[in-house]
Amino acid sequence: MNDVTDTSKIKAEASASAPASNKNDVILEIANISVSFDGFKALNDLSMKFMRNELRCIIGPNGAGKTTMMDCITGKTTPDEGTCTFNNTVDLSKLSEAEIALVGIGRKFQKPTIFESHTVFENLELAMKTDKTVFFSLFAVVDDVMRDRISETLKTVNLSAHADQLAGRLSHGQKQWLEIGMLLMQDPQLLLLDEPVAGMTDDETERTGELFNSLKGKHSLVVVEHDMDFVAQLKSMVTVLDQGSMLCEGEMAAVQSDPRVIEVYLGR
Amino acid sequence: MSNARTPFIVRFFSATGRTGWIAIALFALLTIVAVPVCHLMFQEGDALFISTFYVTLIGKIMCYAIVAVAMDLIWGYAGVLSLAQGLFFALGGYAFGMYLMRSIGLDGVYKSHLPDFMVFLDWKAYPWFWAFTDSFVYSIFLAIAAPGLLAFVFGFFVFRSRVKGVYFAIISQAMLYAFLLLFFMNNTGFGGNNGFTDFKRILGYDITSPEMRATLFALSSATLLFALLFGRYVVTSKYGRILTAIRDAEMRVMFLGYNPLWYKLFIWTVAAIICGIAGALYVPQVGIINPSEMATANSIEIAIWAAIGGRGTLVGPAIGAFVVNLSKSWFTVAFPEYWLYFLGLLFVLVTLLLPQGLVGLYQQLRARSTR
Amino acid sequence: MLCKLQFRFFSPTKILRTAILLPWLAAIFSMPVNAELIEGFPLDPELVHQLNGDGNKAKTNAIKQLTLLATPEAVQVLTALAEDRLMIAGDSGEILIRMEGEKAFDATSGKEVSPVPEDMDQVYPNNRVRVVLNTSMSILKLFDPNQEIRLEAAKQIEDTGGADEMFLPIMDRVLAKESDSEIKEIITLVKAMIGVKSTDPAVRLSAVKDLGESDNPDIKLKLTEMTDPANEADSSVRAAAEESLASLEQKILIGETVTRVFTGLSLGSILLLAALGLAITYGVMGIINMAHGELLMIGAFATFVVHDFFRDNFAEYFDWYIVAAVPMAFISAAVVGVIMERTVIRWLYGRALETLLTTWGISLILIQTVRVMFGTFNQEIANPAWLSGSVEVMSNVNLPWNRLIIIGFAVAVLVLVWLLLNRTRLGLFVRAVTQNRTMAGCVGVPTARIDTVAFALGAAIAGLGGVALSQVSNVGPEMGQGYIVDCFMTVVLGGVGQLAGTVWASMGIGIVTKLVEGGLGAVFAKVIVLAIIILVIQKRPQGLFALKGRTAD
Repeated sequence: MNDVTDTSKIKAEASASAPASNKNDVILEIANISVSFDGFKALNDLSMKFMRNELRCIIGPNGAGKTTMMDCITGKTTPDEGTCTFNNTVDLSKLSEAEIALVGIGRKFQKPTIFESHTVFENLELAMKTDKTVFFSLFAVVDDVMRDRISETLKTVNLSAHADQLAGRLSHGQKQWLEIGMLLMQDPQLLLLDEPVAGMTDDETERTGELFNSLKGKHSLVVVEHDMDFVAQLKSMVTVLDQGSMLCEGEMAAVQSDPRVIEVYLGR
Repeated sequence: MSNARTPFIVRFFSATGRTGWIAIALFALLTIVAVPVCHLMFQEGDALFISTFYVTLIGKIMCYAIVAVAMDLIWGYAGVLSLAQGLFFALGGYAFGMYLMRSIGLDGVYKSHLPDFMVFLDWKAYPWFWAFTDSFVYSIFLAIAAPGLLAFVFGFFVFRSRVKGVYFAIISQAMLYAFLLLFFMNNTGFGGNNGFTDFKRILGYDITSPEMRATLFALSSATLLFALLFGRYVVTSKYGRILTAIRDAEMRVMFLGYNPLWYKLFIWTVAAIICGIAGALYVPQVGIINPSEMATANSIEIAIWAAIGGRGTLVGPAIGAFVVNLSKSWFTVAFPEYWLYFLGLLFVLVTLLLPQGLVGLYQQLRARSTR
Repeated sequence: MLCKLQFRFFSPTKILRTAILLPWLAAIFSMPVNAELIEGFPLDPELVHQLNGDGNKAKTNAIKQLTLLATPEAVQVLTALAEDRLMIAGDSGEILIRMEGEKAFDATSGKEVSPVPEDMDQVYPNNRVRVVLNTSMSILKLFDPNQEIRLEAAKQIEDTGGADEMFLPIMDRVLAKESDSEIKEIITLVKAMIGVKSTDPAVRLSAVKDLGESDNPDIKLKLTEMTDPANEADSSVRAAAEESLASLEQKILIGETVTRVFTGLSLGSILLLAALGLAITYGVMGIINMAHGELLMIGAFATFVVHDFFRDNFAEYFDWYIVAAVPMAFISAAVVGVIMERTVIRWLYGRALETLLTTWGISLILIQTVRVMFGTFNQEIANPAWLSGSVEVMSNVNLPWNRLIIIGFAVAVLVLVWLLLNRTRLGLFVRAVTQNRTMAGCVGVPTARIDTVAFALGAAIAGLGGVALSQVSNVGPEMGQGYIVDCFMTVVLGGVGQLAGTVWASMGIGIVTKLVEGGLGAVFAKVIVLAIIILVIQKRPQGLFALKGRTAD
């Protein structure tokens, strides 16, 4: 099928545009994007930069545009204006969702989205970084190398005991973990995580924080979260969005004491 | 479990489990050996004789069962309810019907090289799309290519714009309807509302001879079994898992880097081709093809075969095709005015009370008894 | 004598002719006296006798001469001829007018002939003579004071084309006194059509120019002939003919386009009526009601039942059965809708594909039930008299009343539905339930009852659509099946949940279908409309009018 050539071209492009780690390397640049839904401005001239191997948290009140921003990056929404550039070269607005995933951007949704009628093992198998064309899938076989990678990830997200269980039977927190595990199997350069700890127990939340901190340095992570304790645990740069624009940026402590931030969270 | 070094052919056939193979063997023994033998070796009045009526009826239903398997691939596994499978079935039938029409030769009513309906319209030559249809092999190819190509083009545009669910069902029905109208017209070159009929022979052999009936019957059965084996391989492959994943959470599949367009398009096209083959087998057995095969009602009925047998089980829809069509042939003789009531109630009751179909019911009962 | 003659006019059997002629007498006598006009009886005996002369030519000439006189006496004679009452006495050879009550009058002098001669033969106009006679009678009607009668006569003259050069003077007289512009236009056209046959190039030239003013497609052929040197020797006439032809063709094109757009609007209104209910059940409630076509059918059958009831019991009010059918269809479809919702659909909210299959099953049951009750064949429904006939907008554009009324009916239903959904508490509840069922339930909206009412409303509107359909198409058990695809395409194209979208989509589909149909035929029009819809959905997958919105994942 046609997509064989398409995706291999993108992969070549992606690997060509991923130079060996450069400390000040920008992995994703959002430039002046605006999105409006029937008059409502969800994003208003938003510009941001994410560095390679950085962990960044994004907070903001409801309707600040956090999810819309992720939609723009991953191709779910096309911005009315502005561009998203990946690895300095790839213009994301020209790619489809699947192509964006193939260049190395993984995304976890706000509501855990997994394949409920597949087993946990199969969920991870489908997520694995590999040839994703129809032709390949028709003849694909799970070999020992893949099996090892999957059990490794199962261990990381603490689901080894549930490998053969249907994913739909997992608890809410476990579903969140499975989705994170699927992202890891994708081995993306950039992970976008929309409210990854929603519905998790305190214990699970803490473990997730540990996991993210361990990923820092190997991947770039963007975490959208409402749980301030969790954000504090990540000890990262924090960006505050409000009404589709950036309000401020900085360390967690500095952001928390910023009067503008206090106002948007409490003042209304 | 198989590994990467297992040859493809072994993997293909080992996709079907042991129970499946036993069932297939029994069915093959019955339909490829027993029925043809009984039909040919015994005479009217013998206890083991199987009449032309039953051979034709069961042969016809086996073609329907092939369509039901195709419907399950696209609806049960990919979650795409198509209300146009009858169109692909009919296109396959028309393609092979063209060959059958040309094989009539000079034996038509008007003793012309052209089919009677063309003579009637005062046409002097075959239209361009009838080219090469005097070749058996080409018409078989056409029975595969025509539905395949139409499905590919339609599917490409519709899947690309992410039309799904009910939208897809409605648009596919509209396409079916448009073709129904086109084929009803006299000047589109397919015989108008009379379609093709009065076939005489296939490859020189009399089409109504018992030997030909038995052959077509066995061929239909073999095709049905192959469709089941093929379907089983496809749905158990990684491709099949991605297909069900698309059905359950298309967005997630996309963000994993799979393009659902090609995944859906492949199975949609394959399902159309399977229907086309079924149509090509069906036409010589019933001896007629006309636009009524494209009626919207027929295509929706295919969905109920799949639903009553059990979606996502492959064998279930085939069973459903048998159940519904056997009841139909019984009802239309015994209580013709109640058939539509029965079919209507079947639609209502199956969706309300039996969402997993007969196979699902059987599995539930077995699970309960083993517990 | 005259008194007696006039008295005859009051006989009840001839009341119509009286209405035409009596007041007209006054009009004739008030006209300026023409030098050639002979006042009253006696008529020129030679002229009267020519009516029975040798050969058609003599007869038709006499008729024309009498027509040009246009006196009441001439009308008497011509009317008698037309009504087979003009006799020739066997003994004297006089021409007599026979009257009821076995009386006879001399056609020349107007005197009563008594006793009535035993031996009389009818002056029999053969078919060729009768054609001329009819034209004459029509021309004489142009002097009637009743505008409608004059207009009808003018149209008749135009349609038969029987008038020739001899009638030109009387037509000039008509034009001089006529005040109605429409009649004037027709007569001018008739004059021009006579004029182009003239041997005088100047007359032909002015006639050709007059023809250019017309928008009547029938004269296209004549004008085309006149542009050919083989038929028309004079070059200036040919040039004028070219010009007139161009202007005529433009007018015809405009007329045809107007007609197509109108029939498109009318088709669109039918689609709208059929699809409006679906816009509620599918667009607002998310139910794929494949039995929607059958609800239309039930509306049509309710109309049929009312139709038969009126015909059998209230024949004198028969024309108004349709008014009674509207509530009847509304209620019957609503009842079926309530039963469907209560028994089946309520278990299937949120499972669109399942509703598709079950409602299809229901549609089969409904079809079979109607077959059992009414038979499998199409039923005869007579349109009320006030729905037949048409309005002429241009000479080549006629808008049938039933289509106009359906457009009006569709608008009325649309307004009612819009008001119901947007201006009533029920509408508020329906919108609340469909947007967020749980939340609506929490704030005290009786969701289950609202579902039933909303579904019944959608069904009832389909019933109203059925009333409209019964007036323009066959009424039979399977009639609904033909509409289901069209209805869904309309709702899909317009955008789910958008009443405005449904309106634009139905009108768009209607007009495009009719415009394409003109060139390519009905089937290809359907195919092309389908292709256009698929292409539109490429660009706007949620329909033309769907709202963009934030969807939570």
